[in-house]
Amino acid sequence: MAIARLRNLFALVALGGIYSFMMALALLALDAVDVSMTEASVGAGISTVLLLGTLYLTHIHEAPPTRLALFPLAMSIVTGVALLYGVAHLPPFGDPSTPMHRHVAPRYLNDVVRETGVPNAVTAVLASYRGFDTLGEATVIFTAGIGVMVLLRRRRRAPRDDKQGTGS
Amino acid sequence: MIDLTGTIEPVRAIHGGVVVLMVVGLYVLVARGNLIKKLIGLGVFQTSVYLLYIAPGKIAGGSPPIIADGIVTYSNPLPHVLILTAIVVGVATLALGLALVVRIHEEYGTIEEDEILDRDDPA
Amino acid sequence: MMHREVIPRVVAKLLIPFLLLYALYVQFHGELGPGGGFQAGVIVAAAVILYALIFGLADVKRIVPLRLVEILVPLGVVLYAGVGFAGLAAGGNFLDYFVLDPDPVHGQERGIFWVEVGVLVTVSSTMTAIYYAFAGRGR
Repeated sequence: MAIARLRNLFALVALGGIYSFMMALALLALDAVDVSMTEASVGAGISTVLLLGTLYLTHIHEAPPTRLALFPLAMSIVTGVALLYGVAHLPPFGDPSTPMHRHVAPRYLNDVVRETGVPNAVTAVLASYRGFDTLGEATVIFTAGIGVMVLLRRRRRAPRDDKQGTGS
Repeated sequence: MIDLTGTIEPVRAIHGGVVVLMVVGLYVLVARGNLIKKLIGLGVFQTSVYLLYIAPGKIAGGSPPIIADGIVTYSNPLPHVLILTAIVVGVATLALGLALVVRIHEEYGTIEEDEILDRDDPA
Repeated sequence: MMHREVIPRVVAKLLIPFLLLYALYVQFHGELGPGGGFQAGVIVAAAVILYALIFGLADVKRIVPLRLVEILVPLGVVLYAGVGFAGLAAGGNFLDYFVLDPDPVHGQERGIFWVEVGVLVTVSSTMTAIYYAFAGRGR
């Protein structure tokens, strides 16, 4: 994924949409049907529209890099090596005996129909067992929406107004 | 810590992919001056985390966690729930970031980090 | 705006009812198959945005006025929290669905249903509001 190289932001956004669909397919292959659906609609749909809207309001071309980005490159590589070291110790893929499959997941899967009558375990866990999480998450979306509205609601002011008035 | 059961190939591929995506996202986030590109880098970084969470939830031979007759192995539903909310929160933060970018562009006339810094402190 | 583009307008007009229908299916079938409030909310917002892209922002604001969206954004969260308080009022804990109905399983189903509706309302209206904010800027 050489997203980093593209300088035309329009092509970049289109590539991002394709990337989202690929990610949705990968998630589908990993049995995460709900997540895949969300990624396809959110990542490839809404995000792309928002990015295009922003491009319309700003510039479409990125300025050429002014200096060689050696330090970020080195930092990324060091992080990558550390991560590789970390993931090398993760349990093997697809093994049902790893700790995460022995903790609460069996309880969810065994009792979900008896307790809630909802066969989709993802929905049941989302809305019922972990209802607090989802409530907080709905609040986050609400807050983000309010934030965007506050930032973008006001009409364009005169160029030399006071700069503190955005309320962010 | 070496797997004695014989290494399974997909694990290396998926984890390697996660690391590559994470590094690319991090690099774009840090190295690029364009604010929109930074946000896209952040998105790539996020998707790598989604993959990292979802991948261990898969059980070999398992099916999606929708209870039905005649199926005994299901993948773990818990990471799916966490990532489902993470995706929607991700797009919310993306929207907020883009709103900030639009405001910055209106105020400074550019979305390049260097130019913004130059404008703030013309040395 | 693209007032002369016949094909996108016709296709959009044909597509939008099905998009909304599909969103409802995803919402209310989310307990049996993949889907739920988040996905359905995004699909609803996508339908509104498609309409706005084809017919222009002014037209879509006649059908889905900004005022309505602004009311719906907090309403979803309030609905969700209200389900929690309903459990509290019925004598259980916050977000306790077992007490919502004499039959605990039915109570769970009811709680999940209303919570998902709250999520649907929040997500769809927030996404629409964000789109309005972006599209209404700089015209």
